[in-house]
Amino acid sequence: MVIATLAFYLFSAVAVASALMVVLSRNPVHSVLWLILTFFSAAGLFVILGAEFVAMLLVIVYVGAVMVLFLFVVMMMDVDFAELKSGMSKYVRIGSLIGLVILIELLMATGYWSGWIVADMAPDMRAAVTPALEETQNTIALGSILYTQYVYLFQAAGLVLLVAMIGAIVLTMRHRKDVKRQSIVGQIYRDADKAVEMIDVKPGQGL
Amino acid sequence: MPDLLREYLPIAIFFGLAIVLAIILTLSAIIVAVRRPDPEKLSAYECGFNAFDDARMKFDVRFYLVAILFIIFDLEVAFLFPWAASFQHVGLFGFWSMMVFLAVLTIGFVYEWRKGALEWA
Repeated sequence: MVIATLAFYLFSAVAVASALMVVLSRNPVHSVLWLILTFFSAAGLFVILGAEFVAMLLVIVYVGAVMVLFLFVVMMMDVDFAELKSGMSKYVRIGSLIGLVILIELLMATGYWSGWIVADMAPDMRAAVTPALEETQNTIALGSILYTQYVYLFQAAGLVLLVAMIGAIVLTMRHRKDVKRQSIVGQIYRDADKAVEMIDVKPGQGL
Repeated sequence: MPDLLREYLPIAIFFGLAIVLAIILTLSAIIVAVRRPDPEKLSAYECGFNAFDDARMKFDVRFYLVAILFIIFDLEVAFLFPWAASFQHVGLFGFWSMMVFLAVLTIGFVYEWRKGALEWA
């Protein structure tokens, strides 16, 4: 248990420190790399909590896919470091305001706000933890309620993904007219007899 | 809970080894390597002439499209994992709820295919 406690403090310290570095580092690409470290530490914290599936999902989806997307977005911007630094003081006020709002929301979501309970159901929902590991595995426990009890939320997640897919295509797709494309059907239906032509060239004339 | 964490002990050992090895390699390069810098050595060499542009150029927006389509199908697969693990428990309703989910995403996939979003040019 001592090791688990030590690991908890290690992961949380790394998470907080790297989250700070995300904000403080000047180069946005470095920020993305620090964010990857933050996600890894969060995955470690999930493992300590016993939420294995969420931890693996964090590594696969966030570290593997979302970070690639972030890197592409960062690379797509015109990275001008001098300009980025000058904007810092301008945005510090609105940034800290947003941070404050998120902090208050977090406190409300956990249910406790200076002693009295804001969200009545929050403590109950946190008390209803996953069943013990001896009874069932983490992933099975998740799957046995996600597709039946929470079916509406599950289908809503599918619709959100559909909207994201179509939105991304509508926003970023543009067909270039000036490139030559391969026509696979045309290639397959090309007839060898018609493709080759015998020409009888007269001497001294050429084609 | 300690049983679960004990299963993760080999991974923790591997992580520790990887970190230690990375530190050793980096430090040994700093300590052992010969370093005698001069301006000519440190300047950028680009086929004889000076660099006339920044290496950071803007990426094409199509990379973003490919990445976001990858994330969406990655999430779809992530939803399939608990479904497959608890297939015995969810019953017929769980089966069909996943089929509806897959059908919704297949609509998006067909749209994307017909629109030519998967073609690079």
